[in-house]
Amino acid sequence: MGLRMLYFAWVREGVGTGEEQVEPPADVVTVADLIGWLKGRSEGHAVALAEPARLRAAIDQRFVAPDAAIAGAREVALFPPVTGG
Amino acid sequence: MIRVRIQSEPIDAGGELAAAEAEGAGAVASFTGLVRADDGVTGLALEHYPGMTEASLTALAEAAALRWDLLGATIVHRVGEMIPGDRVVFVAASARHRAPALEACAYLIDRLKADAPFWKRETRGGDSRWVEARAVDEDAAKRWD
Repeated sequence: MGLRMLYFAWVREGVGTGEEQVEPPADVVTVADLIGWLKGRSEGHAVALAEPARLRAAIDQRFVAPDAAIAGAREVALFPPVTGG
Repeated sequence: MIRVRIQSEPIDAGGELAAAEAEGAGAVASFTGLVRADDGVTGLALEHYPGMTEASLTALAEAAALRWDLLGATIVHRVGEMIPGDRVVFVAASARHRAPALEACAYLIDRLKADAPFWKRETRGGDSRWVEARAVDEDAAKRWD
């Protein structure tokens, strides 16, 4: 199953794209696993995703914790803590 | 009535306020957030997560309407490029009396800052950087838990 990845703010700039389709292997179970696996995609990914503590995530447009399972997800977004208002 | 809008055009605070006042409430409280020019800021860019932003703001407005029995809740947030003095966000709450209107208005802006997927990038002359989240904003949001 393909997964649609979205990136925002400096994560998007570091990765080099705001959106990409990925096919994580079966041993990628949680958001934290996914971040670890995505680091191997390019030097940009490795730098942007180097510090998971600085990242926040959403699965199918809902905020989730790093230990959330990605099973059944269509869309996962990674971004810095929000700064609106 | 719940009104939620994300827009790249300037926010018409007077028009939004007039719409809130037309709901038959005895009290309307509103908050307007502006781009500050302090520390030499010359520009502000707002990025958001289309789809999730609208959903989270609608959920926020509905939660406020339920909690304070509001007649109306408005959230308008601007995105894209702005300059100091521009309105970034406008929220309003309409209720029968002032206490729920004022409380709901504070709730809307406090929670919006913590719960809605927006990101700010400040420009100072030729230099541009992403704004870091502030602990004080998280504390302000938590007081409504």
